[in-house]
Amino acid sequence: MRMDDKRDLLDLESLSSVEIVDLLDTTRSMRQVIDRPVKKVPALRGKTVANLFYEPSTRTRLSFELAEKRLTADSINFSTSGSSVAKGETLRDTVRNIEAMGVDFVVLRHGSSGAAHFVAREVKASVINAGDGTHEHPTQGLLDVYTIREKLGKVAGLRVAIVGDIAHSRVARSNIWALTKLGAEVVVCGPTTLIPADVELMGVTVSHQVEEALEGAHVVNILRIQQERLKSNLLPSLREYALQFSVTSERLRVAHPEVLIMHPGPMNRGIEIAQEVAEDGRNVILDQVTNGVAVRMAVLYHLSGGESLLPVGLEGVA
Amino acid sequence: MNARSFQRLALWDSHDRPLELQGAEILDSGTGRMNRQDIWVVDGRIHFQKPEGTTPIVFKLDGATLFPRLIDVHVHLREPGFEEAETVATGALAAAKGGFSAICCMPNTEPPIDDAATIRYVLEQAERAGGAKVYPFACITRGRKGETLADMFELAEAGARGFSDDGSPVMNAEIMRRALEYSKMMGLPIVAHEEDTHLAGPGCVHEGAVATRVGLRGIPREAEDIMVARDIALVRLTGGRLHICHVSSKHTVELVRQAKREGLPVTAEVTPHHLVLTHERIAGYDTNFKLNPPLREESDRLALLEGLLDGTLDCIATDHAPHTAIAKQVEFDRAPMGVTGLETALSICLTDLVNPGLVPLDTVLRALGPHPAALLGESWTPIQDGAPADFTAIDLKRTWTVSTDSFVSKSANSSFLGRELAGVTLLTLVDGRVAWSDPSVVPVQQSAARVS
Repeated sequence: MRMDDKRDLLDLESLSSVEIVDLLDTTRSMRQVIDRPVKKVPALRGKTVANLFYEPSTRTRLSFELAEKRLTADSINFSTSGSSVAKGETLRDTVRNIEAMGVDFVVLRHGSSGAAHFVAREVKASVINAGDGTHEHPTQGLLDVYTIREKLGKVAGLRVAIVGDIAHSRVARSNIWALTKLGAEVVVCGPTTLIPADVELMGVTVSHQVEEALEGAHVVNILRIQQERLKSNLLPSLREYALQFSVTSERLRVAHPEVLIMHPGPMNRGIEIAQEVAEDGRNVILDQVTNGVAVRMAVLYHLSGGESLLPVGLEGVA
Repeated sequence: MNARSFQRLALWDSHDRPLELQGAEILDSGTGRMNRQDIWVVDGRIHFQKPEGTTPIVFKLDGATLFPRLIDVHVHLREPGFEEAETVATGALAAAKGGFSAICCMPNTEPPIDDAATIRYVLEQAERAGGAKVYPFACITRGRKGETLADMFELAEAGARGFSDDGSPVMNAEIMRRALEYSKMMGLPIVAHEEDTHLAGPGCVHEGAVATRVGLRGIPREAEDIMVARDIALVRLTGGRLHICHVSSKHTVELVRQAKREGLPVTAEVTPHHLVLTHERIAGYDTNFKLNPPLREESDRLALLEGLLDGTLDCIATDHAPHTAIAKQVEFDRAPMGVTGLETALSICLTDLVNPGLVPLDTVLRALGPHPAALLGESWTPIQDGAPADFTAIDLKRTWTVSTDSFVSKSANSSFLGRELAGVTLLTLVDGRVAWSDPSVVPVQQSAARVS
């Protein structure tokens, strides 16, 4: 998070572990708001958030919208289908126009890596990266470590396996940064064609065998495999992927007995995650979704200038 | 102030009136020492003694150093077709301001330079511009499509100095073979952009740790190495002349070194960017570090430096690739590749290579002078009595800060914005004509009455 002229959340790579822990602590307060009968605080009253989604998204967009509503922000929504993008307007022009309408936050989902960094340079509003290309998805990374911390009480010292398409996954990158900064041991696992060059330099180990990666794992985060990887010859077939890399109950036997099973969604049941694992009692996939709203509330709150662990209107909560 | 306002078109020409340059130093290549030498230029020729009965225009160049003819063999002038980014006139002036008295322009224009009419158009524009001399490269294949050879004889007769599909490699080995074979008859080089497009795919940065971190699709070194190896093999087969553009990979340096050891007619160039920058610079998604081939790792950069030092890499060439601010102010993966270089190349070489003692000045000057001249079959003579007046006066000590307002080029997409660099071009002479003069250089017009 940049602390100079304005605050953005562009990636987790540039956050310190202290900043990450701060956000997780605020998330806990926000989680309490969500669990109350009246799920709303006035922390962002009078603030406006523009949700700019240049890629289809259901879960992340709804999660941000809900987070904004619960903080009493006004939101406007924009997606490629109903916008001037079809008329050939550049991203720079679009965001400058939207900013001219007086928004305080821009939440951006975009297919190009670095798009959020680019927009952050162009506008004065605080920019939140809601996923940029194959770079990062920082709020997903935060909600994943929050969920781990909530369920297992800590992150440091845990063994976390991330299984799937590491090369094209922004979730993987944000998870790697958050987890390694908080002291977890991370192993990434996938076919050689889906492991990016020199990924070890991000502080992880690499495996091409699921059983090896899952050995003693406290957490397994299963990433979505996309059909389009077949077209670029990165995989021979989804069937072959499933046979070699699908996380199944059988393969999970080498993991820690209480292993947390995570997936950022949407799941391809029977491809990267076996049907029985998708229904396994140890999976926390819906907790991730719930925590996603709280994390996004915490991020918005922090970027708006809130510092303390107890946001405005939350005094009675803790 | 915008440097463009200083634009002057051949106000002073030794064919009209002699020029007298006072107080500059020239490099004695024998001793390596700098000697002060006043110079007179009459009808395009250098004189070490004042010619009788002349009334010269006097330029005071105290403290400046004269470099003989600098040539940049890799420039994109964008005209015809992309005049919003550069024109022949602005590019040729930018070259002169950068100290170059001649440049080679690439044919990836619209229409591409694949017929005699387009070559003549570019040459006419250059003639009119009065900046650096322009030597056009014409397409290897018609329309740069890599399918059928362009009419090379006709292009050569119209003024082509070599053939290149720069920007688009000739992927078909059979066509590249024929190009190397056929161009032998004209004695012109095939100037090759070496990139396996399948392997490079939609990549936009070097494949490695930084690409992985920032989530950008990488281009492995091997996309270059494979094509270089192929083309060296084709030179072995055909005996054709191959010049390899903008080497970026350490393995390519070694391939070229081996080819030269074997005695094959292969030459190569390297850009100032690849000599001083690495892929770490892309971490902030600044599109002014997006080039093709991409900035690579420190080990590549060191291998390029070594290649320059041992003569494996013959030329330093800028790959001056102007793009408008609008074109570059987009998402990183959507931005066009390339950065400008004409106006920063010499200063970067001086500041980052020569001054820190990494590369001798003499090596840089050879890579910018005699080696490019040899590639083009052009004469090249040091600054001496009777030589053609093609040279540049540089103030090596004066510094300047690179900013978007520094350029006479129409585009400011430089990797070096914000850098303070040493070396300012005071005067560039092309065939005895002043193609560039720094605003600080005010000629003294001696009155004819007093002299007579």
